[in-house]
Amino acid sequence: MSMKNDYFGKPINRVDGYAKVTGEAKYAAEFNAPNLLYGYIINSTITKGEIKTIRTEKATALAGVVKVFTYKNRKNTAWLDLKYADMDAPPGIPFKPLHDKKIRYNSQPIGLVVAESFELARYAATLVEIDYDTEDHHTDLMANLDAARKPKKGLASFFKPGPPKPKGNADEVFESSAFKASGKFIHGMEHHNPMEMFSSTVMYEEGGKLTIYDKTQGAVNSQLYVANVFGKSFKNVRVISPYVGGAFGSALRPQHQLFLAVMASLDLKRSVRVSMNRHQMFSFGHRPYTVQDTHFGADRAGKIQSLNHTAIGETSRFEDYSETVVNWANMIYPSANVSLDYKLVPLDVASPMDMRAPGGVTGLHAIECTIDELAFAAKIDPIEFRMINYSDHDDSSGKPYSSKDLKECFRQGSESFGWHKRNPEPRSMKRDGKLVGWGMAVGLWDANHLPARAECLLRADGKLIVSSATADIGTGTYTVMAQIAADGMGMSIDNVEFQLGDTKMPFAPIQGGSFTAASVGMAVKAACLGLQGKLLKQAKKLKPEMFKGTTTDDVEFANDSIRIKGTTDQVLSLSAIVAATGQKEIKSRNTGFPRVLKQRKYVRCAHSAVFVEVEVDEDFGLVKVTRMLNVVAAGKIINPKTARSQILGGMVWGISKALREETIMDHRFGRIMNSSLAEYHIPVNADINKLEVIFVEENDTIVNDLQIKGIGEIGIVGVAPAIANAIFHATGKRINNLPITLDQLMA
Amino acid sequence: MVPFNYLVAKGTAEASSLSQSHILSKFIAGGTNLIDLMKENISRPDTLIDVNKIQGIGQIEELRDGSLRIGALAKNADTAYHAIVAKKYPLLSQAILAGASPQLRNMASNGGNLLQRTRCYYFYDVATPCNKRDPGSGCSALGGYNRIHAILGASDNCIAVFPSDMCVALAALSASLNISGINGDRTLDFADFHRLPGDTPELDNNLQPGELITSIDLPPERFDSHYSYLKLRDRTSYAFALVSVATALKIENGLIKDARIALGGVAHKPWRNSEAEGYLKDNQPNAQNFAIAADIILKEAKGYEHNTFKIELAKRAIVRNGLKAVNQSQV
Repeated sequence: MSMKNDYFGKPINRVDGYAKVTGEAKYAAEFNAPNLLYGYIINSTITKGEIKTIRTEKATALAGVVKVFTYKNRKNTAWLDLKYADMDAPPGIPFKPLHDKKIRYNSQPIGLVVAESFELARYAATLVEIDYDTEDHHTDLMANLDAARKPKKGLASFFKPGPPKPKGNADEVFESSAFKASGKFIHGMEHHNPMEMFSSTVMYEEGGKLTIYDKTQGAVNSQLYVANVFGKSFKNVRVISPYVGGAFGSALRPQHQLFLAVMASLDLKRSVRVSMNRHQMFSFGHRPYTVQDTHFGADRAGKIQSLNHTAIGETSRFEDYSETVVNWANMIYPSANVSLDYKLVPLDVASPMDMRAPGGVTGLHAIECTIDELAFAAKIDPIEFRMINYSDHDDSSGKPYSSKDLKECFRQGSESFGWHKRNPEPRSMKRDGKLVGWGMAVGLWDANHLPARAECLLRADGKLIVSSATADIGTGTYTVMAQIAADGMGMSIDNVEFQLGDTKMPFAPIQGGSFTAASVGMAVKAACLGLQGKLLKQAKKLKPEMFKGTTTDDVEFANDSIRIKGTTDQVLSLSAIVAATGQKEIKSRNTGFPRVLKQRKYVRCAHSAVFVEVEVDEDFGLVKVTRMLNVVAAGKIINPKTARSQILGGMVWGISKALREETIMDHRFGRIMNSSLAEYHIPVNADINKLEVIFVEENDTIVNDLQIKGIGEIGIVGVAPAIANAIFHATGKRINNLPITLDQLMA
Repeated sequence: MVPFNYLVAKGTAEASSLSQSHILSKFIAGGTNLIDLMKENISRPDTLIDVNKIQGIGQIEELRDGSLRIGALAKNADTAYHAIVAKKYPLLSQAILAGASPQLRNMASNGGNLLQRTRCYYFYDVATPCNKRDPGSGCSALGGYNRIHAILGASDNCIAVFPSDMCVALAALSASLNISGINGDRTLDFADFHRLPGDTPELDNNLQPGELITSIDLPPERFDSHYSYLKLRDRTSYAFALVSVATALKIENGLIKDARIALGGVAHKPWRNSEAEGYLKDNQPNAQNFAIAADIILKEAKGYEHNTFKIELAKRAIVRNGLKAVNQSQV
């Protein structure tokens, strides 16, 4: 069997770029049906209690209002709580919209107005009168730390292992360490805020068959949820999601609008669309408010002796959403004494959700700032300090890394950034009356590979259609899968089309965790090999003399043809093979299986080193990130152009996390006060200056045959600590609470 | 959004009379704030009176006495980039361009800029008490999240701030407003237009029912040598000011002859202090004197749980911006 290498590693333009910039690409709320109805969600204005009365008469009296759904009149859905659990559900009981009169958190959906127009539904929603019996609520993590407890375990714990057992005596050794560093790190709630608002357009067909256009990171996940909750067979629920306008984890779980749109559609036997507005984008999952404590100690030589890291995060009352926050330090830095702890405090809030590099971005902030502090205490350069404590093994599991070229990231990064010119003394560097600081940090993220399926279908016209029910949340799935398939079949990429986001297609897991490129990529490769085998078989029938006795090892696929290896005249075009069969197409569906036995002997991660320069105007506490360099070692890069964009996006978001972004809750009301893009500050163009990305290529045959590690998360992980460390270098101030706002820095 | 009627006024008199006969109506020009407020169900007019078709209140023209008349319907962007404004009143251009985004400035009218409402989180959330939105219900910001709130001129009923940048420059330039109404036209000093919250926080300004701002007059005195607008905020663009300062100076023989310092983001209206400006007169334009002026301006300042930093921030901003204004000609 052969795999070409014509496209892998090349900066191919985004194949869906044209459709996106011209508006040709349709998103969930843009699919239309005749006589479509529009739903508008009513949200609770209290945080905890019960709905006492809910009066809908004024709303339903309006001409054009079809129905107002509440907990009182919605049809029964599945009885078993388990039926509401989607593929990414944490342990607990998922939130069930309009299930009963209980209010579990502020802004939870409590009604749906369905009308002939969106504007009418929105207006009618203001006429629904609700009285509540309120109960005392608790939404403030810092005021409820005494309620912290161990997270419950469930299926989701597979990807989010709890902290490993303690080693040695971390507390005692810390106390006697030659150099010590410690800190308390707090970051508030954050919301994903993708550009595209959550929407579902449900097309109702005779007999209750549904075609659903949904915003999701996994069409199969939405299908599973709808089928289970509404008691429908899979074949009667088709979910389509060709384009996703950003998601960052928020669409890993089906959101309320899907439930509500399907509920209304089945009840009214009509097609229904439900879209959220920006405020409602704050009515579900978020990155949890988290507080961390670190105590790291090193000996005279700068060798780390003790790592103590604890974290407490918030979760809802009904689900135990947990993250891997504290496990990372000992994966990067060997230490004989380690104590790690992770706890949750259930509060009257929505269940948190995975948000780009969940846990990692949180934990690495505390870890890498503490390491910086420790290096400073030991009077050792931060990179040198990390080299003193460098290991090719994951010390926490004792296993080697499948590959780890972080050293090369340090080398190329410091050379390109000019790190040797750094004066180690804080407040020593100045420019135009401002303090200048240089900081760096390490990033780390898992490189996973899950089973996935794909289909390769070759048509008689010579076009290859490759498909898998995965998603492209802007990451470049369409493009890189077309590259892998073109190489897989030895075809021109112009003759290859990759399709995704449809439950009719072969199964793929939800798109998250940076595992899509590897998982779906290996499925595509498997399907290519499957198709190659079928084509060879047909070739033998067509040209027995040419292919007599050949095995797949004797042939190669190139130039949209199959040929005997090493020849130029013993060749047959692929389209001719299909045509000769008399069929329209030849196809193969295959599964890409991870090689679990081989993989389990290793720890598989992508690494990064982030370098940051800041300017600080100390009078006003204003920070400007003047330049940033992210050096990433993540196996082989399929497409340096889309990959660079991925990393740049992570860097911008890292700036946001460090300096801009926070969901503000007024705990008296339990309400989020800045649920708009005017007040929820993400960076604007003027906040972004020089950003650079370097990829350090790694050879890694352990992760998968394509040597892909995935880069969805790694781009953000080390950014916030690198910025905080640069600010320390500029000002001599350690600000551990994110975002670092000007009032925290005013001298 | 509540359903509404839509009417078009072709003249100022018609606008006022339509407004008079539809008591729950609102004028609409650019709509960049009003439409938001309607979508949020905060503003619920039953009628919108479109004033965009009114002739003669959209141009920018020099008057015979040397002052500049800026039409209420002229767009913020057109005003900021207008040749005479940019040359004679560069402080105004700077302030306008420090606000909003290019898209909003292209749409927003000058009259509307004066009438924009506070960005207080609680004013915007109809589920929380707010005296400005719902008089008598209470001020949630007082004991709540008040990072962006007032440090000067607030009352126990309201600590909201007025969000405009443009108006901070207009205050510094001692503009005046031409207003037309049922009972004819009148002129109002800019300083008397916006109100402090006191016991009536629901009132942002002294415009009477049916009255329409037709133009803004800038007096002939130009501050084109020593001026500066400084805006401090939580991100570099597209955020409202935590503190902003408009400074305009006349300097002769190394001494300040006229000083104007207006603050934005700190009160229910653009904030000027005649005592501080008087102090600077005939004094040297240096950091020490600006610091004394800043202390005078912030003397009565009062911070709340989340915004006390704004007092010191405002003082530093006044000093820095004073020095920037002094050195303007060298830039």
